[in-house]
Amino acid sequence: MTMKMGFYPGCSLKGSSREFNESLCAVMDKLGVELEEVPDWNCCGATAAHNLNHALSLSLPARILALAEGAGMQEIAVPCSACYSRLVMTRHELQENEALKAEIADIIEMDLALNAVPINVIQALDRALEGASLESLVVAPLAYKVACYYGCLMVRPPKVLRFDQPEDPMTMDRMMERVGAEPIDWAFKVECCGAGFSVSRTDLVAKLCKPIVTDAVKRGAEALIVACPMCQSNLDMRRCAIKGMSEAEAHIPVLYITQAIGLALGIDRKDLGLQRHLVKVALPRRAVVGA
Amino acid sequence: MARIGVFVCHCGENISATVDCAKVAETMSGVPGVVHSVDYKYMCSDPGQTMIRDAIKEKNLTGVVVAACSPRMHEPTFRRACADAGLNPYLCEMANVREHCSWVHEKSEATTEKATDLVRVMVEKVRRNEPLFPIKVPVTKTALVLGGGVAGIQAALDIANAGHTVIMVEREPSIGGHMAQLSETFPTLDCSQCILTPRMVEVAQHPNITLHTYSELESVEGFIGNFNVKIRKKARHIDETLCTGCGLCALKCPQKKIPSEFDAGVGTRTAIYVPFPQAVPNKPVIDTDNCLYFQKGKCRVCEKVCPTKAIRYDQEDTIIEADVGAIVAATGFEVKGCDFFPEYGFGKYPDVITGLQFERLASASGPTLGEIRRPSDGTIAETVVFISCAGSRDPAKGIEYCSKICCMYLAKHAMLYKHKVHHGKAYVFYMDIRAGGKMYEEFVRRAIEEDHVSYIRGRVSRIYEEDGKLVVKGADTLLGGRPIDVRADLVVLGTAVVAGEGAEELAQKLHISYDPYFFFAEAHPKLRPVETNTAGIFLAGACQAPRDIPETVSQASGAAAKVVGLFSQSELSREPVIAVVHRTAPPLFSKCVGCFLCESACPYRAIEREEIKDRQGRVLKVVAKVNPGLCQGCGTCVALCRVKAIDLQGFTNEQVFAELVAL
Ligand SMILES: Cc1cc2nc3c(=O)[nH]c(=O)nc-3n(C[C@H](O)[C@H](O)[C@H](O)COP(=O)(O)OP(=O)(O)OC[C@H]3O[C@@H](n4cnc5c(N)ncnc54)[C@H](O)[C@@H]3O)c2cc1C
Ligand code: SF4
Ligand code: SF4
Ligand code: SF4
Repeated sequence: MTMKMGFYPGCSLKGSSREFNESLCAVMDKLGVELEEVPDWNCCGATAAHNLNHALSLSLPARILALAEGAGMQEIAVPCSACYSRLVMTRHELQENEALKAEIADIIEMDLALNAVPINVIQALDRALEGASLESLVVAPLAYKVACYYGCLMVRPPKVLRFDQPEDPMTMDRMMERVGAEPIDWAFKVECCGAGFSVSRTDLVAKLCKPIVTDAVKRGAEALIVACPMCQSNLDMRRCAIKGMSEAEAHIPVLYITQAIGLALGIDRKDLGLQRHLVKVALPRRAVVGA
Repeated sequence: MARIGVFVCHCGENISATVDCAKVAETMSGVPGVVHSVDYKYMCSDPGQTMIRDAIKEKNLTGVVVAACSPRMHEPTFRRACADAGLNPYLCEMANVREHCSWVHEKSEATTEKATDLVRVMVEKVRRNEPLFPIKVPVTKTALVLGGGVAGIQAALDIANAGHTVIMVEREPSIGGHMAQLSETFPTLDCSQCILTPRMVEVAQHPNITLHTYSELESVEGFIGNFNVKIRKKARHIDETLCTGCGLCALKCPQKKIPSEFDAGVGTRTAIYVPFPQAVPNKPVIDTDNCLYFQKGKCRVCEKVCPTKAIRYDQEDTIIEADVGAIVAATGFEVKGCDFFPEYGFGKYPDVITGLQFERLASASGPTLGEIRRPSDGTIAETVVFISCAGSRDPAKGIEYCSKICCMYLAKHAMLYKHKVHHGKAYVFYMDIRAGGKMYEEFVRRAIEEDHVSYIRGRVSRIYEEDGKLVVKGADTLLGGRPIDVRADLVVLGTAVVAGEGAEELAQKLHISYDPYFFFAEAHPKLRPVETNTAGIFLAGACQAPRDIPETVSQASGAAAKVVGLFSQSELSREPVIAVVHRTAPPLFSKCVGCFLCESACPYRAIEREEIKDRQGRVLKVVAKVNPGLCQGCGTCVALCRVKAIDLQGFTNEQVFAELVAL
């Protein structure tokens, strides 16, 4: 039986982070979930809009929420952390302010009940796994030490998101344990990766990414696990700009959580888009850690 | 015919801003029986009260209604004014047009109408009021002090020295509370135990004080002057009369690795133990959860080594009953755990400790004999970071209030550390320094200027371990938000002060109110800070709010003064709002049919049986009788009595019906 789930890919999943999309769809398919894209979706307005024009920054996500409602979706899986943040924050702000909600509904010329709830990729996976045991689906345990990197937007601001412990989140770690990996205890899981400075200030991004990569490697991680296209591309792409890296630091791969789970579920590397990464994903074959 | 006076108060603008007071007074003057109706800016002021007194005399009033604030606020004031003018005080009633009306409604016709209705209701009640007279009850001149911290100790000694008897109940095996755990105390740096232990001994030896340690309050009944309490004395598993406190049992007990509560977990103790060498009483208890004999049925070493044969494995809890006239709650506080901000790694890294743990490290009698050694490897800490507001002033994750003592004790810690490790580095991360108190600001300045403690204004975002050091990531917000990483050996968290464990349950047992954080509530934040809303129960120390020793001791003496004041009266007057059983002339004697349904219903066991006899002494009838000392006027019996033979003085069925009909 297939279950249907609303889905907002956003621009990165259609472009620079195609592998996030591919791996998410592959895993969801394996779990019997059909992702249903929000019809006629638009840009969420991340980075640019919310700095420039408040009404626009609310209208863009509001239109997505309204479209999802119109399509009868109760929940929308939003894998990109930036999109997720925009959609949740917008919904929250409009829920708190009736007048503003009316104003925005007027701008987008659509009904806005705000009853479609955006969920992040972890929550979407949890939903897909309801009643099933992830452990029992694993065919190739992911026998590596991994560093789960949450970035800033997935858990913040805590007052609105109410998801996990904002300064020491653990949900990804637990999910990685369930597919046989050994998450390390480290200090940089919510440190900033440089996010939107990805293109404009590569020097800053390199400076911010360096301690993240260094600490992960130092504590024995063999892969970084992320859930956000921005985090992934900064950590994956800016390795060359970081000066004074060891061999191990230069080569630690950055996997989307969906790719990591996909590997454990026995999905083909190509279907997970692993070949698209800049830092080659070359994980040695190995039996379960500690077993 | 009733002659009632109505006095409508503006309460400055509190009432008049939304209620048309003049109109209320005018409307009421048209009600039959109302012979005088006026409004005035401040009825409770001297001129206001004089208006009432004069009107009573001039117009020969038989009843007074004051439309003003809550009777909780000023009923005694106005009743006294009436009494001064010769009117029985119970013929004066208040209509609450402030809390129940002006404060909760907008200015409108309807608001004024509602106020008028509230007054009309009271006029109908007063029309039916009877003169009543206060009930006199005796006072038991013994005080119960709950908690043997410095607050309880001070209160108990003050009361006992005034010549009254005191029963002190302490939950732990020894008295002393948190102060006994402290090393030295701000702002004078005098040794905490040196100033406290003599007072602990004084409590134990005072002829007027009975001390029950390892005990808890089981139940309370009664009322001011006449409480009856039950105290559960938990089994220590030793015979206290035989034990000499020699300590052999603890020396030989094989269970040695139990984290010591007294050392806040940085030291260990045995299963049979005295919490600390200066404990009062110096008699051990067996911690049955960790005793080999209680858990596995084997051992009994302590029994073998005890020279006086004092060990009693089969001892059980006992319940002690006592009559007391007043209760002082002095149950103190606790420091909050740190699991709600995992980014500081408390519990994960052994060298991240609480302020209380630092006190034990710094204490000459502590597990390191006063040397600042890291719990992880026992080395002397060369760099120590102190973090203030760890959990306090943080509505997002922690608690909203300021814990008040941590700024000061962290300055003290940094100073003590620098005195012990001269070349060491001490940093304090702070939001702002709260050093309001005599000699407090000077104390903090001394830490900064003379002991060279580095104060950095900024929050710490994370602590993690790297190569055996703790990396403390913070920011210096005075230097333009510059990020700062300090590599420390030891981190001390100024954790939040929270209400003690079981505070809520105790408050409910005592019928006293508490705030949202379970600190006990004072009757008035400014004017009645040591009283509770339950007469005869007083507060002392940190059970009411976070506070330091000077404040705790002053409040404890304040509470003691209240108790001594209460005990200076030979009897107390109580409000005559109690139930009475109908009595009439023979041959009926009473409407009461003697079913005694009320007897079983009364929660205060106030219903007694009265035999009505003829001249020869033959019993003609048995009817209910209310013990005026015990009755709390709850009215349960009134609701239950099927022949309506029982009624509540001051709130009779007739009065209440009349109020409803008037609406
Ligand atoms: C780390 C730290 C350092 C400090 N340093 C200083 C300092 O340098 N100078 C200063 O002025 N202040 C200092 N203080 C504050 C000081 O400890 C308090 O002001 C003081 O202990 C308050 O006394 P108390 O009696 O109200 O409470 P407590 O000391 O907490 O005593 C309460 C007592 O009641 C008992 N109890 C609790 N519940 C019950 C119950 N239900 N039944 C019976 N008994 C019960 C407890 O076991 C305890 O013995 C410091 C506090 C901390 C945490
Ligand atoms: S019987 Fe219990 S308390 Fe006594 S010595 Fe043995 S373990 Fe310790
Ligand atoms: S006393 Fe100081 S450290 Fe403690 S909560 Fe208040 S401001 Fe923070
Ligand atoms: S009013 Fe009645 S039930 Fe209530 S305390 Fe008095 S006698 Fe008991």
